[in-house]
Amino acid sequence: MGLLDQKFENSNVIITSMDNLLNWARLSSLWGMQFGLACCAIEMMATGASHYDFDRFGVFFRGTPRQSDVMIVAGTVTLKMASRIKTLYDQMSEPRYVISMGSCSNCGGPYWEHGYHVLKGVDRIIPVDVYVPGCPPRPEALMEGLMKLQEKIRSESLAKKKTA
Amino acid sequence: MLTEFGRVLIFLIVGAVFVALGLLTAWLLRPSRPYPSKRATYECGENPIGDTRVRFNIRFYVVALIFLIFDVEVVFLFPWATVFKELGWFAFIEMLVFLTILFVGYAYVWRKGDLDWDKPAPRIPSYEPVIGVRETPLTEEEVAV
Repeated sequence: MGLLDQKFENSNVIITSMDNLLNWARLSSLWGMQFGLACCAIEMMATGASHYDFDRFGVFFRGTPRQSDVMIVAGTVTLKMASRIKTLYDQMSEPRYVISMGSCSNCGGPYWEHGYHVLKGVDRIIPVDVYVPGCPPRPEALMEGLMKLQEKIRSESLAKKKTA
Repeated sequence: MLTEFGRVLIFLIVGAVFVALGLLTAWLLRPSRPYPSKRATYECGENPIGDTRVRFNIRFYVVALIFLIFDVEVVFLFPWATVFKELGWFAFIEMLVFLTILFVGYAYVWRKGDLDWDKPAPRIPSYEPVIGVRETPLTEEEVAV
């Protein structure tokens, strides 16, 4: 646990202001983990390129999990790759987020029934924040997924989570 | 009055404080939940084998050094070959001298056995003392003399 992270019982005006600043900073520079698994990666590359320009959201792909905030699982997760994805997710530092892009990583996609080699959804190994449907999703869909993630980050707080 | 170097000092102080503040804020606010898999060495998602620091055999050093010398030799040879016709016999003899010096060095390392991967056992020179060593302590008469 960090020194101030989730150490406050109740949130007051100082903490909420701090939350706003912190969340704004985090959601405005979501650095992506740079790896693509299948044809969705082509769409992810298109999103990153100049025409759709992912960089205007602050998304900037990094080559190592240590510097990444968001992992975009773009494509078919084979069983062989699944253990690597788990390791890579483990090696990302908090706060870390996962966008599952495309039908394959959402639920197995076209391989959901007879794909003996495909993981039926990446959420079986790592927690997913946003699912982007499509086979493959267009760059607009991926950008909307990212904006959904930004909305989710906007509601985070330094205060302790309320448990039911 | 502030001198020119005084401004440099202010720059240095502000820079140091800026970095320190950034690190301090991050240390206060960041979540820190380490576990073994997260602290493991990053090897593109593979399970790391052994330590990050790998030791290379010292024998690679000589090989790398010899490679470097002959690599540079080739770097010299290419421009020489390009303008060979214009330069004529003088450049040819110059290059022969250069190559001779290098090949003398090559013959030397070969003769010394630096190119052999398995080195022969070192010959440690033996030492025989010229003056004999006395085994019994001195008697009283000898001490008196």
